[in-house]
Amino acid sequence: MKKVYGSAQEALDGLLFDGMFIAAGGFGLCGIPELSLEAIKQAGTKDLTFASNNAGVDDFGIGILLQTRQVKKMISSYVGENAEFMRQYLSGELELEFNPQGTLAERMRAGGCGIPGFYTKTGVGTVIAEGKDHKEFDGETYIMERGIVADLAIVKAWKADTTGNAIFRKTARNFNPPAAMCGKVCVMEVEEIVEPGELDGDHIHLPGIYVHRIVQGKHEKRIEQRTTRPAA
Amino acid sequence: MPWDRNQMAARAAEELEDGMYVNLGIGIPTLVANYVGDKDITLQSENGMLGMGPFPVEGEEDPDLINAGKQTITELPRTAYFDSATSFGMIRGGKIAAAILGAMEVAENGDLANWMIPGKLVKGMGGAMDLVAGVGRVVVVMDHQNKHGQSKVLKECTLPLTGAGVVDRIITNLGVLDVVEGGLKIVETAEGVTEDELRAATEATIV
Repeated sequence: MKKVYGSAQEALDGLLFDGMFIAAGGFGLCGIPELSLEAIKQAGTKDLTFASNNAGVDDFGIGILLQTRQVKKMISSYVGENAEFMRQYLSGELELEFNPQGTLAERMRAGGCGIPGFYTKTGVGTVIAEGKDHKEFDGETYIMERGIVADLAIVKAWKADTTGNAIFRKTARNFNPPAAMCGKVCVMEVEEIVEPGELDGDHIHLPGIYVHRIVQGKHEKRIEQRTTRPAA
Repeated sequence: MPWDRNQMAARAAEELEDGMYVNLGIGIPTLVANYVGDKDITLQSENGMLGMGPFPVEGEEDPDLINAGKQTITELPRTAYFDSATSFGMIRGGKIAAAILGAMEVAENGDLANWMIPGKLVKGMGGAMDLVAGVGRVVVVMDHQNKHGQSKVLKECTLPLTGAGVVDRIITNLGVLDVVEGGLKIVETAEGVTEDELRAATEATIV
């Protein structure tokens, strides 16, 4: 079974269609699938719904697909860093569904695990709970949230072997494993592809069963908030 | 004299006990890390890290290593990384002993509002709703009054809630208040602030 593709464009070939639902990994600009996002921009696929914690910045991350008006709806927890996003949202061109960050992560994880819904205390008594099923467990109130299954997951890892077993680096792991799990198909971009056996099976963060297509490439890895302390 | 930002952070650091796993919010709560002294505190960053270190020196920034405010940070010998679902699993599961957060409004029943002002730009709640619903203890650190001199410690929140009945303790520039049955209880006042002054600056019921 061949999983390795020569480019993000090749890896996404045949998977994209207008109106589709995509789950994307990344937190801010950290660990985002930048090669797949660029390939989706080139493909011109329209009316996309994204489940992604953030929406990038104006000229990087999902922001590049907002510039080209390819996004119809975002499911996110925080979208504060993107002026074009705000412009489209306030003018009614873009739909936005806020999810608490942990609820979004768990919706992805649950969807990937065959769990159609789960109960959480997060958001009880807030606007997030409106219209949702409430249930008491052991004297505490919870709301039901739905698992997410996406048409496609696009994620970014540090290293993977040719079977898709993947390792992430530091906080670039973030939403990538749950996003990968909830995709009917998952395209993973990595900095390095190695042969099976080169990664220690005890150190795999995401088993290759969740990964269908892999592409190696060069990543810009832009820093959003460069913050330093004075040298001693 | 009311407390300044650093004195509020120092007072909030007294809430932390040796061995605690803690999540600090953005703003004054971030300063709390400067005042933990010899206590063995492990900081969680909800984007997927326990054992958060200080900001890097110039040249050591790593794009793969950021905090929940998207700032570059460093790791410590004890650091562990994990994905977002695991991160909020430990938050929702009550494994994080305390969160210290900023607020726009707090009510006498423990309601907290800190994520949106209707009619203004809405950025999102991020992980705040998960944190206040899940962690063992929620401590709010904020100015007692807004810039118009109105109390931010209210009978009822006017802004959309982040969580209902979630706040345990409020630390402001005027003093420390606990959420108890029937209202708020004064724990202490800032040096030079009288109980009468604190009451006068507070809309909420003080019991």
